[in-house]
Amino acid sequence: MFIVNHRKFFFTLAAILVASAIASFFIFGFNLGIDFKGGSLVEVSYSAARPDIGSVEAGLNSLNLGDYVLTPSGTSEFILKSRELSQTEQTSVISAFTIDRANPATVVQSTTIGPSVGSEMESKALYAIGMVILCIVLFITFAFRKVSQPVSSWKYGFATIVALCHDVILPAGFYVAYIHFHGGEIDLLFVTALLAILGYSVHDTIVVFDRVREHLRVNQSTKTKETFAETVGKSVSETFGRSINTSLTIFLALLALFLIGGETTKDFALTLIVGIIAGTYSSIFIASPLLVTLEAMQKK
Amino acid sequence: MTKHRFLSLLLLIVLVFLGYFVYQSQKPGGHFQQYAFKLGLDLNGGTELTYRADVSNVVGGDVNAAMDSLRNVIERRVNIFGVSEPVVQTEQAGLVSGQTDYRLIVDLPGVTNIDQAIALIGQTPQLEFMLERPEAKNFSQAQLASSTLDQIYAPTGLTGQYLTGASLQFTNTGTGQVAGSPEVALTFNDQGTALFSQITTQHKGEVLAIVLDGQVISAPVIQDAITDGKAVINGTFTADQAKTLVQNLNYGALPVPITLVSSQTIGASLGADAKTQGVKAGAIGFLLIVIFLILWYRLPGLLASISLSMYIVLSLTVFKLIPVTLSAAGIAGFILSIGMAVDANILIFERMKEELKRGKTIYDALHEGFTRAWLSIRDSNISSIITAIVLFWLGTSAIKGFALTLGLGVLISMFTAITVSRTFLFAIAPKTQSKFKKFLFSNGFHF
Repeated sequence: MFIVNHRKFFFTLAAILVASAIASFFIFGFNLGIDFKGGSLVEVSYSAARPDIGSVEAGLNSLNLGDYVLTPSGTSEFILKSRELSQTEQTSVISAFTIDRANPATVVQSTTIGPSVGSEMESKALYAIGMVILCIVLFITFAFRKVSQPVSSWKYGFATIVALCHDVILPAGFYVAYIHFHGGEIDLLFVTALLAILGYSVHDTIVVFDRVREHLRVNQSTKTKETFAETVGKSVSETFGRSINTSLTIFLALLALFLIGGETTKDFALTLIVGIIAGTYSSIFIASPLLVTLEAMQKK
Repeated sequence: MTKHRFLSLLLLIVLVFLGYFVYQSQKPGGHFQQYAFKLGLDLNGGTELTYRADVSNVVGGDVNAAMDSLRNVIERRVNIFGVSEPVVQTEQAGLVSGQTDYRLIVDLPGVTNIDQAIALIGQTPQLEFMLERPEAKNFSQAQLASSTLDQIYAPTGLTGQYLTGASLQFTNTGTGQVAGSPEVALTFNDQGTALFSQITTQHKGEVLAIVLDGQVISAPVIQDAITDGKAVINGTFTADQAKTLVQNLNYGALPVPITLVSSQTIGASLGADAKTQGVKAGAIGFLLIVIFLILWYRLPGLLASISLSMYIVLSLTVFKLIPVTLSAAGIAGFILSIGMAVDANILIFERMKEELKRGKTIYDALHEGFTRAWLSIRDSNISSIITAIVLFWLGTSAIKGFALTLGLGVLISMFTAITVSRTFLFAIAPKTQSKFKKFLFSNGFHF
C-alpha cells in the first residue's frame, strides 16, 4: 500500500528523471553513428609500436578526405571516421597508415555505409520502436479484455505505454550523456538495446497486472469488497520480491556482459542495465499506481 | 511421484546427451562436426558487401526473376573466387520509406582483403560467344580438364551487348528431333546479326560456345549459316535447364547494374576476441545466477539451476540444428534470455512461498505455484515474443540475430520452466512435513 499511497512522490521522481533525460537530448544532442548517417570507419592496428599520430594525419591530409576524425585506440590501434570512402580511397587510406614499411598497418575492421542505407536504417529503427509499442499495447488490451471493471482494459494498455516511454527515454538520455563524455555514438546495437528494454519492461509490468487481474477475479467470486487502490497495492507488494529478484538475475547476466563481454557489446550491456533498472522501477512505481490514478479520475 | 522421478532421470540423461552433443560438435576432430556453430562475420572475421541493384531497366517488370538470376550470377563468381561458405542473398529494402530498393548482400567469411572480391563481383555479367580452337578438337578428356577457357575457345567479338533477347520455345516439327523438346531462341540486334551471320557462314560445323562469366553454359555446333539474327540452341536439356539458360542469357545480355552501397570488414583477430569474451561473459553470468538462485531459493534454486543448464544446452542444440548464425548481438540476446529464463522459475517459487505461508503443504504449494504462475509466465513471455518478431521482421542482419536468439530463447525457456523445473520439483517433493523440509523449500531470509 505504501507505494500506491505515495504514488505522487514516485511519479514526481520519474518525471524529474525523464525531464533530465530529455534535457540531456538537447544538451548533448544525438551523435548518430555511421549506421544511420552513412560514412566510413577504418580501424587499423600495428604489430610494433603505433606511429606518431601527426605523421599519419599528414598522410591522410593529402588524400582529400574532408572532415575526418582520427583517434588512437587500445594499445596499438587507430580508428578513422570519415565521409563515405570509395574502394580506391579506402585502399589509399590504408596505405597512408603505414609509415614504416617494417611495421605495416593491418586492417582490424572497416565499414562503409552509403547515406541512403543509413537514412533507411534510421527510419527502420524508429518504425521498429513504434511497432513494438503498438503491438504490445494491443496485446495487453486483448489479454486484459475480461477485466474491464473498475478500469477498462485499454487503460492497462495506456499505463503500460506511459511506463514504456519512461523506460526508453531514461536509458536513451543516459546513453546520450555517456557517449558525450566517454566517446561513442548511436548505432544499431543501441536501438536493439532499447527494443530489448521495451520487451523486458512490458514483461515485468504484465506480471504485476496479472496479479491485479487475479485479485479482481477472486474478489468478484467471493464477493469481497475492496477498493481498487487496495487491490493494486496488494498486488504490487506481493509481486515486489519477484520483480526485484528477476531484475537482479538479468542484472547479473548483463553485468558479466558489461565487464568481460568485450568492446562490441559493452555499451550495449550498459544501456540494457540502465533500461532494466528503469523498467523495474516503472512496473512497480509507475504502471500499477497509475491504474489507481486512472480509476480515481474516472470517479470524478 | 515415481513417475516424476523416472521422468527426472530421463531428463537428466537427455541433458547429459545434449551436453555431450554440444561439446563434441565444437571440438575440432570430434563427432558431429557438421553441427558446429555457424558464426557471423563479426565473430569469425570476413567481409559483407551490400549492393543496390538498379532494376529500373528490367523489361516486363519481372524484377524478382531478374534478382534471382543476378544472385545466381554473383554466386557463381564468388564460388570461382574460392571462398568457403559464401552467402549471397537478395533483399527488398525500403519497406518503411516507401520507395522500393533491391539489394544484393554478399557475405564472404574469412576474406579481409576485399579489393579483389569487389573487383570480381562488381563487374556486370559478361556473355560471350566463343569458337572452339581447331587444335582443341583433338584434346583428350584430361587435356580438356587441365586447359583454361582461352586455350580451348577463341573469342569472336560477339558478346551479350549485341543480344536483344532470349526466349524458351519448344520444337514442333521433328527433323531428327522429338517434337516438344525445349530449345532456346536468341535474337540479335542489327550489328549482332551481321556479326553472327559472318561467324556462322565462316565456321559452319564448328562449335560455338556460349560463355557466361568465363563458364561455358552451352556449346552447340553451328548447323547452318544464320543471317536473320535469330539463332536456336537445341541440345539435350530439360525444360528447367533451358529456362535457366534463357534467364542467364537475358540478364547476362541485359544485366541489372549493381553499385556497392556499403561494406564491412572484420579482421579475424577482432572476431576471435569478441567470441572468447562473449563465451566467457556467458559462463560467468550463468555462474553468478546459479549462486544467487541457490543462496536465495535453496533446494528449488538448485533445481532451477539444473533446469537452467537444460535450457542452455537445449537452446544451443536448437541454434546448431536450425542453424542460427551467431553474431556478437546474437550472443548478447542469448545471455539476456538466460536472465529471462530464470524469471519463470522465480515466478513459480515466489508463488510457492506465498502458498506455503498460507499454511498449505509443500506438495499443494507446488501445485498451486505452477498453476497460478502459468498465466503471468504466458502473458509476459508473449510480449517478449512479439518484440522478437517485430525486430526480426524489420531488422538488419545484426538485429535479426539478436531477435532470433531472444525469441527462440523465450520459447525454450517457457518449455523448460514448465516441464523440466516442474518434473524435478515434483520428483523430490516430500509428502510429509518437517521444519527442515519446509526450510529447504522456502526462500529468502524469512524463515
